[in-house]
Amino acid sequence: MDARIAPLVRLSAAGVFRAGRWIARGIDLTVAPGEIVTLIGPNGSGKSTTAKMALGMITPDEGGAERRRGLRVGYVPQNVAIDWTLPLTVERFMRLTAPLSRATIEAALGETGVAHLFHAEARTLSGGEFQRVLLARALARKPDLLVLDEPVQGVDFSGEIALYDLIRAARDRLGCGVLLISHDLHVVMAATDRVICLNGHVCCAGAPRAVAASAEYKALFGDRAAASLAVYAHHHDHTHLADGRVRHADGTVTEHCHPEDGHHHEHGEDHA
Amino acid sequence: MLDDFFVRALLAGIGVALTAGPLGCFIVWRRMAYFGDTLSHSALLGVAVALLFDVNVTLAVFAVSVLVALLLLALQKRATLSADSLLGLLAHSSLALGLVALAFMTWVRVDLSSYLFGDILAVAKSDIAVIWVGGIVVLAVLALVWRPLFAATVSRELAEAEGLRPDRANLVYMVLMATVIALSMKIVGVLLITAMLIIPAAAARRLSSGPEQMAVFAALFGAAAVVAGLFGSCNGIRLPDRPSWWRRSACSCCR
Repeated sequence: MDARIAPLVRLSAAGVFRAGRWIARGIDLTVAPGEIVTLIGPNGSGKSTTAKMALGMITPDEGGAERRRGLRVGYVPQNVAIDWTLPLTVERFMRLTAPLSRATIEAALGETGVAHLFHAEARTLSGGEFQRVLLARALARKPDLLVLDEPVQGVDFSGEIALYDLIRAARDRLGCGVLLISHDLHVVMAATDRVICLNGHVCCAGAPRAVAASAEYKALFGDRAAASLAVYAHHHDHTHLADGRVRHADGTVTEHCHPEDGHHHEHGEDHA
Repeated sequence: MLDDFFVRALLAGIGVALTAGPLGCFIVWRRMAYFGDTLSHSALLGVAVALLFDVNVTLAVFAVSVLVALLLLALQKRATLSADSLLGLLAHSSLALGLVALAFMTWVRVDLSSYLFGDILAVAKSDIAVIWVGGIVVLAVLALVWRPLFAATVSRELAEAEGLRPDRANLVYMVLMATVIALSMKIVGVLLITAMLIIPAAAARRLSSGPEQMAVFAALFGAAAVVAGLFGSCNGIRLPDRPSWWRRSACSCCR
């Protein structure tokens, strides 16, 4: 992360107090353009609350939340239920919050692999299909900040990896900041620049590997979770940037990848 | 032409139906049929207020409906009761308050049934002007807030996160609802306003593939039901006029 670039959002010691308890407290968080920040933590650890503070949907009861002026947000919420009383096609759903051209909509749906659903009724989609439509909608807005609350729920495993690759490709293309919430502790994408591990407060934060190795993380999720996180990082421990350089899991950037780097994933299409 | 009570009834009924159809779609989509009931029940309190202070009935009904709508928004934010319980609370307290107030005003003799069921055949020329001008304003404002309002109907979270300010759109919508109720109470009546909002929208649902299309269909269905109902009660078998137009549109809904 380039220190000269002003962050898109910044939470400083932010906290939310509801019904007699602090849902989240002392949260420090910044997302810079081009940076992928992942929030992980157990149920009820304040991940969604933190994202909502960052988006300005919840005003923190203490601390501060700042957003860059005119910030364009693309949001993939955790659950959207389309009521059967709503006559809503996928095409109209794509234009829900802003007008988009037909070409833009088709391109975005094609990108997430659901171009054939253009005319489909939104309420008839399966969970995984709808998740892809939600992501397509958020990307079609060409956001400065992409906020994804569990974007791969209901998506099968191979689709999950494809969607994570897609998010990374979108980051590279749009240069947007990404705030990702993952309940799936076993798959924290390798492209993540920083992992913030929440448990009502910021439990630990840093590059994915550093977090996986930290004592706090192991205490929160146990050794097995840490091991599986590391296994996945083995597959995706470096990222090919658009300019040909390589970003490693620890956040360093080099000209080429090292022979000891993990298994190469199909980067070809992402950066073609 | 306007001297004929039947033509006046047609014009007034069509005007109300065209306005109520699109607004009624949101009631159907948001599953808040009871909200229409609540506002219309509170309209009776508006009538009592109008008689008590000797002001225009339409204005008083509008003011009381807006007040009840704002109260509902405020209670929804704070209270721990669900929306339907709150609506019940407001509907029946305002209805009771209205009836008690009317009963206490012994100096006025009120024909309660003309407020409960409306009287479309007693429409004056000035009523038609109020209905059409008011209706056009309501539809114009609805068109302005359509995107945020519809986005908030699909997903409040999404609308809010992407900066569409759903609270403001909801507030505007509540004021529009209050306006429609004030406009239509005289001719449709407190008890039948909800029918006018919901039934055309429900009938339009089956035939529509998009929200905008459904709003237009609801407006047209409502207007067609008014025409059919009025002609039916005039030519045929001496049906009471108002119930019969709702029956017509109910038929088109279940077909």
